[in-house]
Amino acid sequence: MTTNTPAVMAAPRSAAPVPPRRPARRDARKWLEIGLFVGPALIVFLAFVILPVVLAGVYSFFNWNGLTPLERFVGFDNYVRALSDPLFQKAITNNFLILFASILIQGPLAIGVALLLNRKLRGRTVIRLLIFVPYVLAEVIAGLSWKLLLSPRGGVNALLEAIGLGELAQPWLANPEIALWVMFWILTWKYLGFAILLMLAGLQGVPDELQEAAQIDGATWWQVQWHITIPLIAPTIRIWIFLSMIGSLQLFDMVWVTTRGGPVGATNTMAVYMIQFGQGAPGYGSAIAVILFVISLTVALLYQRIALRRDLSGAITSGVR
Amino acid sequence: MAGSITITGELPKRRWGRAAGAGFDWGQPFVYFVALVAVLVSVVPVLYIWIGGFRTTPDINADPAGWPNPWSVESYVTVLTSPRFWGSVFSSSFVGLATTLGVVVLGVMAAFVLSRYDFRGRSGIYSLFAAGLMFPLTVAALPLSILLRDIGLHGTFLGVIIPQVAFALPVTIIILVPFLKAIPAELEEAAAIDGTSRIGFFWRIMLPLSMPGLITVGVLAFIGSWNSYLLPLLVMAAGGMPQELWTLPLGVQQFSTQYSADTGAVLAYTSLSMLPALAFFLVAEKRIVGGLTGAVKG
Repeated sequence: MTTNTPAVMAAPRSAAPVPPRRPARRDARKWLEIGLFVGPALIVFLAFVILPVVLAGVYSFFNWNGLTPLERFVGFDNYVRALSDPLFQKAITNNFLILFASILIQGPLAIGVALLLNRKLRGRTVIRLLIFVPYVLAEVIAGLSWKLLLSPRGGVNALLEAIGLGELAQPWLANPEIALWVMFWILTWKYLGFAILLMLAGLQGVPDELQEAAQIDGATWWQVQWHITIPLIAPTIRIWIFLSMIGSLQLFDMVWVTTRGGPVGATNTMAVYMIQFGQGAPGYGSAIAVILFVISLTVALLYQRIALRRDLSGAITSGVR
Repeated sequence: MAGSITITGELPKRRWGRAAGAGFDWGQPFVYFVALVAVLVSVVPVLYIWIGGFRTTPDINADPAGWPNPWSVESYVTVLTSPRFWGSVFSSSFVGLATTLGVVVLGVMAAFVLSRYDFRGRSGIYSLFAAGLMFPLTVAALPLSILLRDIGLHGTFLGVIIPQVAFALPVTIIILVPFLKAIPAELEEAAAIDGTSRIGFFWRIMLPLSMPGLITVGVLAFIGSWNSYLLPLLVMAAGGMPQELWTLPLGVQQFSTQYSADTGAVLAYTSLSMLPALAFFLVAEKRIVGGLTGAVKG
């Protein structure tokens, strides 16, 4: 084996006549190595990722409590039931409200702060570190912290009273009219630092020369940011949008520990609904999971097509100038 | 891709508008103001929780936004001497380390073959793992918990660890394959000429050279595990594991429900639960930031 290897390395895949027995043995050994190395990962992945996803598809067509044999086939009943439940419709709406709010509010905010911070600052390392703190915390712990802060006798109301805005004080997460936007605030607090850091990382890739040239030509700081820097970090922005969309559609931990979807469904999301109504009825829960998956996949694919198309046209137009 | 990982966490080098001899930059005070606001918004809620832990519950009830009067370490002592807090710390650490080890070992082995062996079905396997990125745990959660119940892993550590490894494999392999591909083929040829088998090459050359990549995926897997909630909820809490062995997110949630009247203790428990993640972040900051930004760039 070892004596043969250099020759093979030197002339890979050449038609040189090699004794057939040795390649066969080497082949067997190669396949053994492949099997031993990729096998464990593949088995674990198939058994604990692919299989449950497939099972979700199967269970979703059954009326099943998870214990009895799987025999009450109900066709699309679970799907019809879910999609016609006002509470679930509300959950889907909430997911999309959070999705659009994230992109339209957190995105510009993160880009703006990143552009400002992307210059010589004293203590910028410390600033970056501190801005990232909320992101490091587990969603559950961040959620519980804000639940304490926003409770009727919590820090936020006390602060409002202390500065003379006492009439604004209220049970933030228990008021159905604003609960979703309070939830959005918590999510923004938790994830804005990550967005800012991502944008800052993207800004590292923008060459100085372009900005300097524009500056010499008399462009103002904002003109340079708008016409040069932001287009150049567009790939980073698009990836952040993608991550943010998927995260918004999968939202669970934060809602579960703060409001459990309440009050009266005001903050419900698809995943929360799935756990609430699906734990005792895996058939129904699986239908929710499939709907959640199809929505996420559709959004992801649509977004990739749109973003990709814009990428191409942008490359052509801005590349020429 | 590999490039974006290797530049982990370096400071940006360019600065705006500080050409030599430039006068006073009027934008600078505004920038500091924005930075200050961003830092305060990020940190003040956390400080409120920490400082609140130094207050007694009657003190908090009297004035929710006040300064500790008097400072009291009682709540912190109560939490730090309670077995369930340390049980949760142990549980989270154990699950996190085991998940990390599993992901890194299985991931690097698979990535090695997928990046450096030429065989039929290679791209198919790679695509399969890549498709796994589209299957979030949320979608599989309910059938997964039934599967775990059927094979007797409900309410066990393995019931959390194995699925976490499985769900972390796609991103690990996606990050590691280009990383391993970037290691020059000449090294492999040289090793082969010196009589090293491919396994020997993997063990003695590949692994040491891919350490930065392994650390990145390991850190990502550990953080994912440390923060995860849904799977422990379905496997540990619903699986009947004793509360003292629940992971921290579950434990904090449980404590805050159970002792909701004792605000001081809840604040102390919550703030102590933050500490391990923050400490880990301080130590591995560059890896985490670089890993996250690098991982999403690919």
